Amino acid sequence: MNATRTICAATGFWLCLGGVVLAFLWHVSVGAKAIPLGTVWQAITAPQDGVFDHVVVRDLRMPRAIFALSVGAALSVAGALMQGVTRNPLAEPGILGLMAGATFAVIIGIGWFGLAGTAYVPLFAAIGALIGAVLVWTIASAAPGGATPLTLILSGAAVGGFLYAVESAAILLNEDTFRNFRVWLSGSLAGRDMATYLWALPWFIGGLIAALLIAHQITALAMGEETAAGLGVDTFKIKVAALGAVVVLTAAAVSVAGPLGFVGLVIPHLVRLFVGSDYRLIVPFSAIVGAGYVTLVDIAARVVLAPIEISTGIVTTMLGAPMFIWLVRVKL
Amino acid sequence: MGYGDTTVVKNIDLEIPAGQITALVGPNGCGKSTLLKAFARILKPTTGHVTLQGQPMTSYATRDVATRLAILPQGPVAPEGLTVTELVAQGRFPHQTLFRQWSPGDRDAVERAMRLTDLEDFADRPVHSLSGGQRQRCWLAMVLAQDTPLLLLDEPTTFLDLKVQVDLMALLSRIVHEDGRTMVLVLHELNLAAAFADRIVMMRDGEIVAQGTGAEVICPEELRAVFDLRSDVIADPVTGRPVCLPRTSNHVATPIIAAAAE
Repeated sequence: MNATRTICAATGFWLCLGGVVLAFLWHVSVGAKAIPLGTVWQAITAPQDGVFDHVVVRDLRMPRAIFALSVGAALSVAGALMQGVTRNPLAEPGILGLMAGATFAVIIGIGWFGLAGTAYVPLFAAIGALIGAVLVWTIASAAPGGATPLTLILSGAAVGGFLYAVESAAILLNEDTFRNFRVWLSGSLAGRDMATYLWALPWFIGGLIAALLIAHQITALAMGEETAAGLGVDTFKIKVAALGAVVVLTAAAVSVAGPLGFVGLVIPHLVRLFVGSDYRLIVPFSAIVGAGYVTLVDIAARVVLAPIEISTGIVTTMLGAPMFIWLVRVKL
Repeated sequence: MGYGDTTVVKNIDLEIPAGQITALVGPNGCGKSTLLKAFARILKPTTGHVTLQGQPMTSYATRDVATRLAILPQGPVAPEGLTVTELVAQGRFPHQTLFRQWSPGDRDAVERAMRLTDLEDFADRPVHSLSGGQRQRCWLAMVLAQDTPLLLLDEPTTFLDLKVQVDLMALLSRIVHEDGRTMVLVLHELNLAAAFADRIVMMRDGEIVAQGTGAEVICPEELRAVFDLRSDVIADPVTGRPVCLPRTSNHVATPIIAAAAE
């Protein structure tokens, strides 16, 4: 990176960050009762106990906006890491079984063990994500020709479909327990409790830090394993670290918002258009842009058909699916 | 050494002299690339060992090896959108740490590598927009920027035009002899090896059959033993280096299609 590029990257980063702050404030101001941005700002910087709008902002709306930021950042970074390590442009937690595995495990944890709102939710999600990823990869490897982008997608679709069917059956059999999870299952930020988020928070932070630490090695790995090894990258170690980061980030995101499809696919590709192929830039920019993207999507989910609210996951999927089709046509 | 349970290279005892170009030649699947990967510790030998500057390879940390030897694998692919400078800069990876990402020394090494390979005009172009020969020079610049005394290149001339092949080999020769580096090449093209390499190692079925200067090993008997090839060997009228002329049983074939015009 030469000096001009560094300056460009830094400027771009701060601009994006500014955009995210605006999206955040807009997100908080929109709702059943519109709250002016000035009041929102006041509620954040100098809250007063008696003011009703301030209470709404701080207790109801801000948590949801923070969930949106965290989930967007986590899923985008997870997608970027997966695409870099596997050199598969269609790699993404939702497509390759991690999200389905995590969702399934959370349903099991909450339905059978009554773990809602506890520290075990992200742990269950992580174990589920890991099993999902291994399952998809094993099935794809057994196919003729091995684990290619195409066999991985097919295997991911099969595993995802199967797990979703089992989840649906489990929910039908036990409607009382899962009353609140219908919505969660389609990916939603509505009505999530702060307890779950706080338990997931260390996972978000740990996963993002790990991703930033290995970003430089991921750039080398994206040029092929032998090239990376020649440059002095311990390829096995980095792949394990990347898998760990991806599992942790997916688990944190699913614990909070359920499965939000295609976020990890759309954002890294969008970011690459502007910052190129260096993961030292792709990872932080994916985090920022992804955070802003899910925040904006969640605004849309709430206002487009107001007063009816659409699940955030439905909107990310509607926006992401065309991108997926485009990538299949151009890159596969 | 080999892959999984398949042994590809066996009974090897090879020393690479410093300051020279050594070419590994042999028929497809004879294990020359495998041997090169073992030199680069990408493959670990199942028995035996590789030493680098007298020390066992396993005694070096991954990153330390990468400051002593660089490898250019066969047919590398650059991620889309990567510019030439960015690719070459990757070569500085083993010299960087988390807290010292980019130093003036890195910049100098990248500039020098790009000057040597004549890439300065392409600095900001995306790698995938270049021609095959230019792209190969980019990868070469990357391993040069790694600034290692030893360079390992796997078939650097494959898929290039004859003129581009020759230019590239001349460049490699200049780098080795003017810069005082050591180079091991896997080469497909026997006559390129004969024209540019200081030493030639001939392999067949995973074993070394002959080694020495071009004049010592390029002869009809060896070529028949290694490649099953009937050939005549003559001396290049200008350089005196051996040139191999392959022969087939029917020297003159009727053309299946021909065109002529006034």
